[in-house]
Amino acid sequence: MTESLFPNVNWENMWEATLQTMYMTAISVLATFILGIALGLLLFLTAKGNIWENKFVNGIIAGIVNLFRSIPFIILIILLIPLSVYIIGTMLGANAALPALIAGAAPFYARMVEIALREVDKGVIEASQSMGASNGAIVFKVLLPEAMPALISGITVTAIALVSYTAMAGVVGAGGLGNLAYLEGFQRNNPDVTLVATVLILVIVAILQVSGDLTTRAIDKR
Amino acid sequence: MIELKGINKTFFSKSGKVEAVKNVNLSIEKGEIFGVIGYSGAGKSTLIRMLNLLERPTDGTVTVAGNNLSSLNEKKLRSARQEIGMIFQHFNILWSRTVRDNIAFPLEISGISKEDRKKRVDELIQLVGLEGRENAYPSQLSGGQKQRVGIARALANNPKVLLCDEATSALDPKTTDSILELLTEINKKLGLTIVLITHEMHVIRKICHGVAVMENGNVVEEGSVLEVFHHPKEPITKDFVNQLSEPEEMKESIAHLAASNDGELVQFTFIKGKTGSPLVTDLIRRYDVEVNIIQGKISHTQDGPYGKLSVFIKGSQPVIDEALAYVRGQGVEAEVILND
Repeated sequence: MTESLFPNVNWENMWEATLQTMYMTAISVLATFILGIALGLLLFLTAKGNIWENKFVNGIIAGIVNLFRSIPFIILIILLIPLSVYIIGTMLGANAALPALIAGAAPFYARMVEIALREVDKGVIEASQSMGASNGAIVFKVLLPEAMPALISGITVTAIALVSYTAMAGVVGAGGLGNLAYLEGFQRNNPDVTLVATVLILVIVAILQVSGDLTTRAIDKR
Repeated sequence: MIELKGINKTFFSKSGKVEAVKNVNLSIEKGEIFGVIGYSGAGKSTLIRMLNLLERPTDGTVTVAGNNLSSLNEKKLRSARQEIGMIFQHFNILWSRTVRDNIAFPLEISGISKEDRKKRVDELIQLVGLEGRENAYPSQLSGGQKQRVGIARALANNPKVLLCDEATSALDPKTTDSILELLTEINKKLGLTIVLITHEMHVIRKICHGVAVMENGNVVEEGSVLEVFHHPKEPITKDFVNQLSEPEEMKESIAHLAASNDGELVQFTFIKGKTGSPLVTDLIRRYDVEVNIIQGKISHTQDGPYGKLSVFIKGSQPVIDEALAYVRGQGVEAEVILND
């Protein structure tokens, strides 16, 4: 049955590509989550009227974030090839795509983190200060928990963007479903391979969206 | 317990400088419930925030429970703040935590062990009457219940002072009364000094011992609640006092009487023991006058009752004057509001 419908699909390769896509997505989402929260926190805390108000630091971070957000991803990958070679030792394979994926997604997520933190009620921060909370306690016990639903829905959106980034990274040699769809599907003129790869990407996106929504709903007690 | 000396607070902004608080000196005794009243923009919010240094005064010293707050470093200030609880108009509790965890929050900050936290939280829940709601999230609570969580949280570290920033302004009248009762109860039970700011005179009347009236950043009048209610000096204080004793209908009936009658409209003000005296009966028996009661009201303050009675007195002018002299001789104040 599958033989006749998808004559050119090598299921073993397809599965391997799926695993590569999931691997790239998982590692880059995790790193983006941590790095994005760190950057977003810095952006928020150094902004005017906040606990680490510092115009200079805020300006620098905002500049870096805006710069990386403005560069189209496909160009960012090419620009970062020397970095990938330096860190990973090669420009090919799933690991080599990670620096570019993270550098592309973290600034994007950092802005969402900043917005989420700005939505936290100022009164709650004031109340914590009135109780004698240290800045560390305010960050970890107030800001992050209170912003968590927005942080989770933000990382869901970012994760889905990352899936499509992995496909682009695939075109320049990172492997995964994008790579397969391009090399096996497009260049060898096997539309059935492209179709299956696309469907698998859609399934990954759907799983991410649903699990993100469910998590957000479960932790949102507002 | 609290000593403010020469406090000024100036905000600088693009549109110029704003002097929010000007040369305020206040002294609040241990165990006192002290109210600061003023319209919005009078500087009372800034003033109460200087009592725990959420706002740093531009000049002057703030001394709370023996600590000169402005001289403390960050770390010492944080531990000094644990002795000063604060509750807020919009409660400011964490929606991501249950009632229990919200109350435990200040205990986590001060590094209390998990076991001791649990014990203390149970006590506090009982104190503020939230039994059965321990595991609810704030979104499942009413405004009054949220403020009870706020109060329990503010009391968790056994503070010496409780600051209330318009704590009842977002609540309906009935809930306001129950929260005020809770505050009075806590004040008596724990001997806690309470400082509150409000724009509602009945809050002052109901629970405060001392009051300061603020206008444009200045404290324009200060004293015991009974004294200020009885002898308001400044126009703004009279406004606030009249909020309680002179509702709209009163003004209408005055206008009506002015048009139709001969005689004098007089307002008697009674304090303490005098509220029980049969003054009107006395008047009618001793003097040849008719007394028509327009309106009367007795309010209870923390220092004793306080009453106002508005009457219309008919009779010949010399007799009325004699009658009023008699009333004043009884230690009751008589103010002629209107005569024909």
